[in-house]
Amino acid sequence: MSGLAIRSRLPLADFVLDADLTLPGRGVTALFGPSGSGKTTLLRCVAGLARAAGRVDINGECWQDDVRGVFLPTHARSLGYVFQEASLFAHLSVRANLEFGLKRIPVAERKVGWDAAMDLLGISHLLARGTDKLSGGERQRVAIARALLTSPRLLLMDEPLAALDAKRKHEILPYLERLHDELAIPILYVSHSQDEVARLADHLVLLDQGRVTASGPTAELLARLDLPLARDEDAAVLVETQVVGHDEEYHLTRLAFPGGTIKVTRKALEVGARVRIKIQARDVSIALTGDNRSSIVNRLPARIRSFGETAHPAQCLVSLDACGTPLLARITRLSKDQLGLQEGMPVVVQIKSVALLA
Amino acid sequence: MELTPDDWSAIRLTLKLASLVTVLLLIVGTPIAWWLARSRSRWRGVIGAVVSLPIVLPPTVLGFYLLVLMGPQGVVGQLTGFLGLGRLPFTFAGLVVASVIYSLPFVVQPIQNAFMAMGERPLEVAATLRASPLATFFTVALPLAKPGFITAAILGFAHTVGEFGVVLMIGGNIPDKTRVISMQIYNHVEALEYDQAHGLAAGLMVFSFVVLLGLYLIGGPRNTLGAGR
Repeated sequence: MSGLAIRSRLPLADFVLDADLTLPGRGVTALFGPSGSGKTTLLRCVAGLARAAGRVDINGECWQDDVRGVFLPTHARSLGYVFQEASLFAHLSVRANLEFGLKRIPVAERKVGWDAAMDLLGISHLLARGTDKLSGGERQRVAIARALLTSPRLLLMDEPLAALDAKRKHEILPYLERLHDELAIPILYVSHSQDEVARLADHLVLLDQGRVTASGPTAELLARLDLPLARDEDAAVLVETQVVGHDEEYHLTRLAFPGGTIKVTRKALEVGARVRIKIQARDVSIALTGDNRSSIVNRLPARIRSFGETAHPAQCLVSLDACGTPLLARITRLSKDQLGLQEGMPVVVQIKSVALLA
Repeated sequence: MELTPDDWSAIRLTLKLASLVTVLLLIVGTPIAWWLARSRSRWRGVIGAVVSLPIVLPPTVLGFYLLVLMGPQGVVGQLTGFLGLGRLPFTFAGLVVASVIYSLPFVVQPIQNAFMAMGERPLEVAATLRASPLATFFTVALPLAKPGFITAAILGFAHTVGEFGVVLMIGGNIPDKTRVISMQIYNHVEALEYDQAHGLAAGLMVFSFVVLLGLYLIGGPRNTLGAGR
């Protein structure tokens, strides 16, 4: 059976972790929720580091099944685990850290090659160093490579960027995106950063007080007004687009999706390339007609689906439908009333900026 | 001031005793320290207190009960008799057993502290890298606890060299068998041979100072005696 089936029930100090999940067997699934919502504990249950009641089935390999009395200890599970802080072994060099797991894997089962792991994370120049001679970002990259070298059937990552400052985060995010693009290993990724989730995750699981409040494709969940994601300061939607052409005179690249075409500053991308873009709700405004003159390049027709609340009483969220593609706009309640916006109304959305993700 | 052949015999015996006891202490103390550092059993406090008893008990109390236990009427004495090992009191073997018990806390505590200081994380990391619990113990826990082991070995050795009360109670004063340096100093003083006593006593002073200085130098500013962190 393909896919991840995880059922875990474990009483914790303040609440009961109670999750029953069926997740895709490939790509990145993010466990998202506020601090102390049970994300890390759920990850530990999958790894066997914590013992919950239930079942863990990873692409047909059973790691735990209480009904049949199966519980594999952590060291017998084919997994890689990246902890929040890098946890390299202080008594070993970088190379010895990397070899620690690798040497326990029979040669025939090694799918991730040494060179591939070194390239993927850009660490071949660090091998001879002691672990205390690495920066925070380098330590975390070594820890990820160490986990990958065991050729795991599942990679578990517990907020691998949380202990890093913003600069190091941006240094390491591209490596994580490459993991996603180049490896066939499914990844469970714990995070409380909406930005990371939007960039990395294909599938999203929302946790609150130990319970799953939503589980589904990231793009779908991000656009839902009834979930806390939309209320976040960084509320955004993801849109899958394709490069359809370049405007050499104005140095722009045209990206098409079912709802229309978006122009962004010229990117070195082939025509036909697939690009995931992120549009933040705060960068989207609404006009009643498309002919008003403004400096905003990207204007698309859309229809208002519904309204939602935001964290601040001055603002409201507008969920829009651009030919099937969901969009979010955050506007003031004043504008909403002055424009007389209603559900079902055709409007023009103005998009101030978009971010290219991959 | 010349050391007599008897003095040299006492020095040799002391070094032999302390070396053997240190090795045994590391073997016996490590699993106890591991259990004390990681167990959540409600017996943890009780066992920890029992192991630590020699720190506060007068050596004569400890020696007295060991004498009773190992004697012909004692449980241990009957067991060793039954096994054909004879009686332990007033033998070198008896001295070894008593010294191990007497110095146990000085070895267990630094190792236990080192195990506790490393926390769960390195062991969990090892498990996620397919290392079995046994492999984890030898390839991760032991190397990371090395400073604790060095402290433990030095303290165990030095403490055994310096013991007197327990030896007096269960070892007596038998040349080449149980007459260690501290006994020999006592003998010299009893016989008013103060010069001879000085020779050995000053030697022990220097030895103790060097050991403690070494401990502080190895541990650097982080090391407090017995903490091994």
